[in-house]
Amino acid sequence: MAREFAADAATPPSWLWWLFVAALALALIAMPKFTDVSLQLDLSIIFVLALLALSMSFLWGYVGILSFGQTIFFGLGGYSYAILALNAGTTLWPFVAAICLPMIFGAVLGYFVIYGRINDIYLSVITLVVTLIFEKIVRSTSGPEYVIGKVRLNGQNGIPGVPGLQLPWDSSTLSIDGVFYLAGGTALLVYVGLRLLLLTSFGRIIVGIRENETRMELLGYDSRVYKLAAFVLAAGIAALSGALYAVWGNFVAPEMFNLNQAAQVVIWVIVGGRSTLIGPVVATGLVQYFSNWLGTVSIGQVTLVLGLVLLLFVLVFPRGLLPTIAWTFDKAFSKIGGRRS
Amino acid sequence: MDLVATTAYLVIYSIALLVLISLGLAVIFGMMKVINLAHGEFLMLGAYVCVFAGNAGAPLWAAMAASAVLVGAFGILVERLFIQFLYGRIIDTLLATWGLSLFLVGAVTTVFGPQGRSLSTSFGNVSFGGINLSVYNLMLIGVTAAVAVLTWALARFTKLGLIVRGTMQDPDMASALGANRSLTYMATFGYGAGLTGFAGAMLAPITGAAPTMGVFFVAKAFITVIVGGHLPLMGTLAASSLFGAIDGVVSYRWSSVLGEVSVLVVAVVLLRMLPSGITGRFRSGL
Repeated sequence: MAREFAADAATPPSWLWWLFVAALALALIAMPKFTDVSLQLDLSIIFVLALLALSMSFLWGYVGILSFGQTIFFGLGGYSYAILALNAGTTLWPFVAAICLPMIFGAVLGYFVIYGRINDIYLSVITLVVTLIFEKIVRSTSGPEYVIGKVRLNGQNGIPGVPGLQLPWDSSTLSIDGVFYLAGGTALLVYVGLRLLLLTSFGRIIVGIRENETRMELLGYDSRVYKLAAFVLAAGIAALSGALYAVWGNFVAPEMFNLNQAAQVVIWVIVGGRSTLIGPVVATGLVQYFSNWLGTVSIGQVTLVLGLVLLLFVLVFPRGLLPTIAWTFDKAFSKIGGRRS
Repeated sequence: MDLVATTAYLVIYSIALLVLISLGLAVIFGMMKVINLAHGEFLMLGAYVCVFAGNAGAPLWAAMAASAVLVGAFGILVERLFIQFLYGRIIDTLLATWGLSLFLVGAVTTVFGPQGRSLSTSFGNVSFGGINLSVYNLMLIGVTAAVAVLTWALARFTKLGLIVRGTMQDPDMASALGANRSLTYMATFGYGAGLTGFAGAMLAPITGAAPTMGVFFVAKAFITVIVGGHLPLMGTLAASSLFGAIDGVVSYRWSSVLGEVSVLVVAVVLLRMLPSGITGRFRSGL
């Protein structure tokens, strides 16, 4: 995972990687036995947000699309789950719909921005603008006339009392342990899934498009189809994260669409290094703890520090923390070290 | 008749507003290809300078001039501190200016507090053709037109404008012919920032100044410049006219949020049909 935009992402993972995944899974299963509730809640939200980071690093690092739209789908996923679950009284199919609806929206938005072949950088700006407008729309719905079904949208204040997820074989809603397992398990599965997806021909084609779009087109691949598919897939992962966020917090608010939220996702990915999938996951945990700690020091400074972190990383460590460490490590031990994946 | 007149006035006013907030971005993004996500915060700084100077007793024109000069100087500082290292790394510029944007919002909130500040001006209303018009808004339309014409004339007719246009078109050739590339980039960025600061100052009597006000304008400004296409001035004017008309009518008829949504939808559909913007087919011009 060392090199930026590592082309060897398409090589099958070594047995060490499988060992690593197995260790993570075991740690995940064992965790609730040894930790207290507050740590579990903290870790759950980090897993949920790590999914969001994964969706972005997949899209940015491997497809080469820098989309700020991940917060659109995150917010849409959360709001869809909240509105549908409160209306329906059940939770399972609203959860599924909360992943599908944002994917449909992603397909429509993606069609317009990808099939027009507009400049990649314009795509970034357009998705950012869409996020901003979504936040404005949701904020403007504070009046009592904005009701979907029997749920009031509440504008600024968000929707409280979102029900927890209820699994079909269990009559009670998910406990804290259950949410922990769900969030952690989903994050791990999505990580492994994306890593394995990059091995398939689809994965190789999207990495090829990132490397040289013209060449892939000349080889006969319609890059737009693949880009759109990857965009919709990433939208689904972000929506999953949003729905889990609503399950975790029992609450959705317009802040989910907010510019700070979008900035945080970018910071996770850039700190972790967009060339790896695991980097952003680790960075999510680090940055989340860091900003929680900042929040306890004083309010209002969080954006200031986040802004500085973003500036610093772009100027000094444009490759991200993990790849920089790995690169230094590789250099120092280049005689001994083999390739790690 | 009244309805037609009122709508026409509103449309012209929202076109002028759009041109005003986009002009600085047209220079920085349209001409220099630097994505400045801190554009909204430059507006915010301009508004703050104007509000403070105005409340300290300076005449309004002096406060606005101070905004343009100070924000322009701040732009030059930003360009020297990090933008100059990032030319050509377009995504990194975007991220760095986003960091700057968050930093500025945080810094202004910390220093001046989260609440907004207002500036009271003593402009009245005039009655014209049966409708009541605010003198300040009429002035804003006039001043915006003047600033747009001035920028166009500066780029089109002066030696400085020639050097800037040449450098943006082909930096290597321009510097081979003796133009100072680094200085030209710095000055152009400073001019764009100054325009933005001035726009913020023009907005101050209408919206006041608040740390997060930038977010309200940055979306519209970016859409306008992107849809405008590769001729920064003509494109911005064309896109402003289109979006100003849509925004003006929809906002007046329904709500301002719906106005913005319709602008966004039209922009996205338009970009599907004209991926290189309204002026994408034009070969030369400004």
